[in-house]
Amino acid sequence: MSTPTKEAAEPASKIDMKESGGGGEVPSFEITLQVRRYDPEFSDEARWDEWKLTMYGTDRVLDALHKVKWNIDGSLTFRRSCAHGVCGSDAMRINGRNRLACKVLLKDLDTSKPIMVEPIKGLPVEKDLIVDMEPFFQSYREIMPFMVNNSPAPTAERLQSPEDRERFDDTTKCILCAACTSSCPVFWTDGQYFGPAAIVNAHRFIFDSRDDAGDMRLEVLNDKEGVWRCRTTFNCTDACPRGIEVTKAIQEVKRAVLSRSM
Amino acid sequence: MQVHKYDVVIVGAGGAGMRAAIESGQRAHTAVLTKLYPTRSHTGAAQGGMCAALANVEEDNWEWHTFDTVKGGDYLVDQDAAEVMAKEAIDAVLDLEKMGLPFNRTPEGKIDQRRFGGHTRDHGKAAVRRACYAADRTGHMILQTLYQNCVKHNVEFYNEYYVLDLLTVEEEVTREDGSTYMQKKTAGVVSYDLANGEIHVFQAKSVVFATGGLGKIFKTTSNAHTLTADGMALAYRAGIPLEDMEFVQFHPTGLAGLGILLSEAARGEGAILRNSEGERFMERYAPTIKDLAPRDIVARSMANEVREGRGAGPNKDYVLLDLTHLEPAHIDAKLPDITEFARTYLGVEPYTEPVPVFPTCHYAMGGVPTNVKSEVLQDNDTVVPGLFAAGEVACVSVHGSNRLGTNSLLDINVFGKRAGLAAAEYAATAEFVDIPENPTEFTENQLNAMRASTGGERTATLRTELQETMDANMQVFRSEETIKEALAVIADLRKRYKNVQIQDKGKRFNLDLLEAVELGFLLDMAEVMTVAALHRKESRGGHYREDFPDRDDENFMLHSMMYLDPESSTDGTNGIRADTKPVVFTRYEPMERKY
Repeated sequence: MSTPTKEAAEPASKIDMKESGGGGEVPSFEITLQVRRYDPEFSDEARWDEWKLTMYGTDRVLDALHKVKWNIDGSLTFRRSCAHGVCGSDAMRINGRNRLACKVLLKDLDTSKPIMVEPIKGLPVEKDLIVDMEPFFQSYREIMPFMVNNSPAPTAERLQSPEDRERFDDTTKCILCAACTSSCPVFWTDGQYFGPAAIVNAHRFIFDSRDDAGDMRLEVLNDKEGVWRCRTTFNCTDACPRGIEVTKAIQEVKRAVLSRSM
Repeated sequence: MQVHKYDVVIVGAGGAGMRAAIESGQRAHTAVLTKLYPTRSHTGAAQGGMCAALANVEEDNWEWHTFDTVKGGDYLVDQDAAEVMAKEAIDAVLDLEKMGLPFNRTPEGKIDQRRFGGHTRDHGKAAVRRACYAADRTGHMILQTLYQNCVKHNVEFYNEYYVLDLLTVEEEVTREDGSTYMQKKTAGVVSYDLANGEIHVFQAKSVVFATGGLGKIFKTTSNAHTLTADGMALAYRAGIPLEDMEFVQFHPTGLAGLGILLSEAARGEGAILRNSEGERFMERYAPTIKDLAPRDIVARSMANEVREGRGAGPNKDYVLLDLTHLEPAHIDAKLPDITEFARTYLGVEPYTEPVPVFPTCHYAMGGVPTNVKSEVLQDNDTVVPGLFAAGEVACVSVHGSNRLGTNSLLDINVFGKRAGLAAAEYAATAEFVDIPENPTEFTENQLNAMRASTGGERTATLRTELQETMDANMQVFRSEETIKEALAVIADLRKRYKNVQIQDKGKRFNLDLLEAVELGFLLDMAEVMTVAALHRKESRGGHYREDFPDRDDENFMLHSMMYLDPESSTDGTNGIRADTKPVVFTRYEPMERKY
């Protein structure tokens, strides 16, 4: 985190180039895409639809979904926005694992078998791959996801050492995509559980040296639907598209509950 | 039809919208309408930093920042607005820090700062460390911090509500000299609830547009799929002019073939650009600050290297961003996300291999004209009471013909805050304007026609053809010939658009329908942009005409103002009236722009 004191040496004006890597011809390949469809306006039954598609080297699952929506069946419905893994819109179950559709390259999947895409679990399905996110954001709001600082604000910035800043760096990366929460078996069976994402966002403030409301958040999370429901299955850590060590963050919150209540 | 009444309605929940909401929400009955969930907005994709002359790591001051902004914009910047932004930048950063934003820190615990393109010490002497940052996720941290503070202040959001019409009324006003004009007033907006297809009318004393940009006009873009020029098109259709629409920023370092952004912070941290011969070619184009020249210059230089046969790769169609001389630990600490993008999407390891890059459509410098209070103007100086705009949708103009890196995150914070304050202040004393008769008629007719259409044209086909012609003809090099080619394609697409047919006939989450609506915004704005580009027979900032390669201050040191006007035509395109607006000068005389 801290600024290195040593400036990098000025790079050379000219270097010998190896045959350049990256890019190049992108071979095409065939895939079978299966998507779980559901639209209660027309049928109470969910179903699987299947398409055979020709895709290219750098194409992602999102590109395959777009290919269907734009060229074959405009009613296929899913959320997406940034298309490169930072907005958190397109979390879905891809071959049984929670992923962002815009971050999974098709060539990295086993294309000899159908690629199966379903909505994330544990939240009510609204249509095709779209779920109701409101319960997810409700849990988020309950852990007070904002900085509380009771001391008078200085005229300049509040100081924070690079080490104190590093303490909560991992959990600042959360994009609220719900991949972790909807991968959690406890959340599937108990929708009241706060879920990993809310705890991650509590962690981000509990371990921020500038924040004064850690005890209040820990009290919220000491609830029977709080951190103690976690069974450390690590599904959440595996699911996080931002590489956050979610289970570790939950463990740290558990330890903080214990140490502060004593 | 459901009708809601708010003092202030904010359209858009990116950085500008939420910054406005934090101010307005504490002072007036406020609603935020957003077509996405709040944290999905493209502010979150911004990477490198937000400049402010904090002088935490070296000498700096806001006047130097103002100068850099004016020069970076090739002197088309309104200097009073640039001064406001550079002065208020310092408080804007400190506000965010106090709201909780986790900036990177210096060893003393202050906010750390790094170099960025076009930001210099003492009027161009050398690169200066001015960009406050949080790794290469500064936009993400700003978006999250602003949302967190909206939660803290109980801001009311209507998520996945698309705004499809701006409601205004007009009344005749007599000037002192006896002449008359039609004064517009804001009544509210018409919105579409994605979840069930219902139409809602929001009556409001103040409406703030914070709807973002138009990147999806182009094929290669760093922008989200949802950046479809909605706010600009709605304002334009309501008779509000659009300013400087010909100026589009192409960010130099998009991942080749994909357009995904790799922050200028990479070059700020020491990465350099090389051509196929391994040459650091920016030494030829900008001898003083080289790879940290402003984006228009770097993007054009890259495209020129490719055009002259020094592109890399099997098709010689990109150049290389070289980080291999940087320490891996330094890269991990300062640029973790963009190096992951290179690995994930191109399979390139930036520690050891240069990354293929090419310019990508990134930012609209132009937009809905406003004054420094973020009030929208219906001509060169008449305010539309109750209408405000901030962020990329607006044109203040602080970016002129080329925006400096980091100044967009600054813009949304400074002018988003100003818009929120001004909207609440106006609403405190203003009366509601009566909603016009049949307020939803236009919207319902449009949607019903699309639902019923059997014309057989596909939204995606038309959109792809638009994007391809814009990439081919309206990117970093333009000429009368290429611009006219684009205009001919756009005219054809506008005809075919009337026959767009959708497949999803349902009410729930009908994104098929909304994509067709968004295509209409894109086509309108592509036409305005292209007509404005044809009209400006000079080269300035992001607008480079091969047939007019020099800046022409005598004829074109003016903002362009494009009006929807069925009675007019401009350079052969019917329905658009071109006008101009003087640039505001305070202390800087135009000079030749060298770096």
